[in-house]
Amino acid sequence: MTAYAHPEVLVDTEWVAQHLNDPQVRLVESDEDALLYETGHIPGAVKVDWFTTLQHPVRRDFLTKEEFEALCSSLGIANDTTVVFYGDKSNWFAVYAFWLFEYYGHQDRRVMNGGRAKWVSEGRMLTATPLAYPPTTYHATGPAKGIRAFRDDVMHHLESRQPLVDVRSTKEYTGELLHMPGYPQEGAQRGGHIPGAVSIPWSQAVQEDGTFKSPAALRDLYQAHGITPDKDTIAYCRIGERSSHTWFVLKYLLGYPRVRNYDGSWTEWGNLVGAPIEKGEGA
Amino acid sequence: MTDSNSLPARLEVIVSDFEVCEGREKLEMLLDYARNFPAFPTHLQRPDEMEEVPECMTPVQMAAEVKNGGLYYYFVVPEESPTVRGYAALMMEGLNGSAPEQVLAIPADFYLRMGLQHVLTAQRLNGMAAILAHVKRRAAAELK
Repeated sequence: MTAYAHPEVLVDTEWVAQHLNDPQVRLVESDEDALLYETGHIPGAVKVDWFTTLQHPVRRDFLTKEEFEALCSSLGIANDTTVVFYGDKSNWFAVYAFWLFEYYGHQDRRVMNGGRAKWVSEGRMLTATPLAYPPTTYHATGPAKGIRAFRDDVMHHLESRQPLVDVRSTKEYTGELLHMPGYPQEGAQRGGHIPGAVSIPWSQAVQEDGTFKSPAALRDLYQAHGITPDKDTIAYCRIGERSSHTWFVLKYLLGYPRVRNYDGSWTEWGNLVGAPIEKGEGA
Repeated sequence: MTDSNSLPARLEVIVSDFEVCEGREKLEMLLDYARNFPAFPTHLQRPDEMEEVPECMTPVQMAAEVKNGGLYYYFVVPEESPTVRGYAALMMEGLNGSAPEQVLAIPADFYLRMGLQHVLTAQRLNGMAAILAHVKRRAAAELK
């Protein structure tokens, strides 16, 4: 295996630099840090934010279809726009946005390989100039339910011994950490992992410079843990963003046909009364 | 001197400034603190590692020294984490020169008055809680 299964979903920084003035392309920055975009962003890029833009303001869920349409309209994204996501921390939150845009049927989605850090390290231009685009009329489709798993799906998966990938850090997986220190509001009543889940921290899929590992290295990483393309796989983390990164790698870089992201993740499972949990090294 | 709910004078002013701002202005103020983040002083040694927070949170380092009975805190926070840089910068400005007892008397939720949870979400305030816990531990060590 010498190439990614769907290489068209990745663009490099040079491609982005060549398309800064392309009206067909909309750059979307999605960061873990709430203010990073404001300190400077790629010229022409708009901002989305996991917490304040993409999540539902009241329920624990992300935007409804209508809210998603309003968001795209406000960002000047039309149904046929090529949307290129990038962000901090190896595109961690950028890929979550990519996943959500797929859920509501946006066709042309890309990720800038290496993310914001690579763009900056290459000395490319950032600007803090505010910008706005004329609103569009956007029609969402879907939802593409095949990329999202709910807790009942996970329970069924567990009972039928199908593969689950836990992409959190090792200490979160073993149950040594109940929540990330300093993050009590993202905690759970119980620590550990879903029984049978294998531990493959999401960041193992990226290299030092934030770009994705080679196709062969990625294949070896997941197949060594029994995560193979013939199976139906569910990935989870703590709140569903790190696991969207692994979902992206499995689905688009390795071409696995059946992969879902369990966005309820540990903050749901570790709080569910009666849900089975395993502690320690596990599978 | 300090009652149980008082803040060091400068910190009180900072909190009040945030309190009276509208949503968008609060973020601008925090960003200003991040932009004016002071350099780590050259006369101090490499700071102690702040407790490690895996994956998500920014690696934050802190050092402190005592001058004339007041604590002075210094932080190292990566540039690509302006939110945490903003927190650290306003804490430095708000606390520096305070007696350890004053630092220990700061209510654990003092920053809720600033209203950042309405524009950043509650999760994003965890960095602030972590920094406060850390400066308090350092202040407590001073009194031992």
